Amino acid sequence: MAARAIELLALPKDRSLYILDIGCGSGLSGDVLDEEGHVWVGCDISPSMLDVAVERGCEGDLFQVDMGQGVSFRPGVFDGCISISALQWLCNADRKSHVPKQRLLRFFETLYSCLARGSRAVFQFYPENPQQMSLITQTAMQCGFCGGLVVDYPNSAKAKKFFLCLFAGPPTDPRYSQPKALGTEEGASNAPRNAIQNTGTSKRKQVRDHRKEHRVHVKSKEWIASKKDRQRRQGKEVRPDSKYTGRKRKPKF
Amino acid sequence: MRLVTHNMLMCNLKSCTKDKFPLKVTDFTIEESDVDPNPDFLIGLLPKLEWGALVGTAKALGVGDELPSKIPEDASEDADFLTALHHVIMEVEIKEAKLVCNGCGRVFPVSKGVPNMVLREDEV
Repeated sequence: MAARAIELLALPKDRSLYILDIGCGSGLSGDVLDEEGHVWVGCDISPSMLDVAVERGCEGDLFQVDMGQGVSFRPGVFDGCISISALQWLCNADRKSHVPKQRLLRFFETLYSCLARGSRAVFQFYPENPQQMSLITQTAMQCGFCGGLVVDYPNSAKAKKFFLCLFAGPPTDPRYSQPKALGTEEGASNAPRNAIQNTGTSKRKQVRDHRKEHRVHVKSKEWIASKKDRQRRQGKEVRPDSKYTGRKRKPKF
Repeated sequence: MRLVTHNMLMCNLKSCTKDKFPLKVTDFTIEESDVDPNPDFLIGLLPKLEWGALVGTAKALGVGDELPSKIPEDASEDADFLTALHHVIMEVEIKEAKLVCNGCGRVFPVSKGVPNMVLREDEV
């Protein structure tokens, strides 16, 4: 499985890179990374598994980390991240203080920041149900990742495997090339482009009028929807939307 | 934990906002071992290293004497520099220590080379 995850990472060939392994356990997936010539750092929450890894003499550096509390590395240091059968644990609330959505958010936020731009993260995991799957992918998208789910052998009951492939920023997208400075090409006039035009109404008045037209009134349907949305993003428990949400009551008499 | 990873590690507390990096190493025991040199990896890693922090930590551990105070101009050609760097960041391992955050004073213990970064419930 680790070999397939590394294949999905699509690392550049014949280069030695710095990879993060989340939920490394006894370091089995790290061995595969080692064979490919990469340097890796492993994180796990279980001290007993880490002890096994130390006794086996793993090449990588090991950390005892709860991934729901975030990974604490400097921004942009890792060239890739793999995780084998670990992500589903974030959806469990083992303690009263655990809110899966908040823990997922913290995890993906910190992970996004410590990955180099253009690198990938591949998670093999066992989702319990479709809701869990969409919760994980949605949270990852909210944190700025793009990418999606890859399902190997979707028609087989035993060999079916879910891989979440995330991209931290585009690698070589032509849209993101350096823009050109003005007035550097030959024969360009030194005069700046005339950008100021008088449009009649003042900018301040335009903004005021726009706000007046589009104001969302307190307790209106849109106001309630946006408030519920905000609280959902914060990981709070929110009643589902129905046809009665934000509807006016009839006058009683 | 090798020094290359120490150079990437920050304090894990969300409330800790300044001086999160580098973590100060105190009460340490270190172990030096032989690792095959990997110059490609080192050259790729150079732009990511915080050089000042690396030299400071290495000096504190008593192993950074061969490191220059600045990365030389032609670092990828300089074999002596790469060997010195390889020794400090890949071969020196912190076995037992306390990592102290300069900003908030939180102590992360290291045992058998594994730092414990798990936070208490009231710190989350």
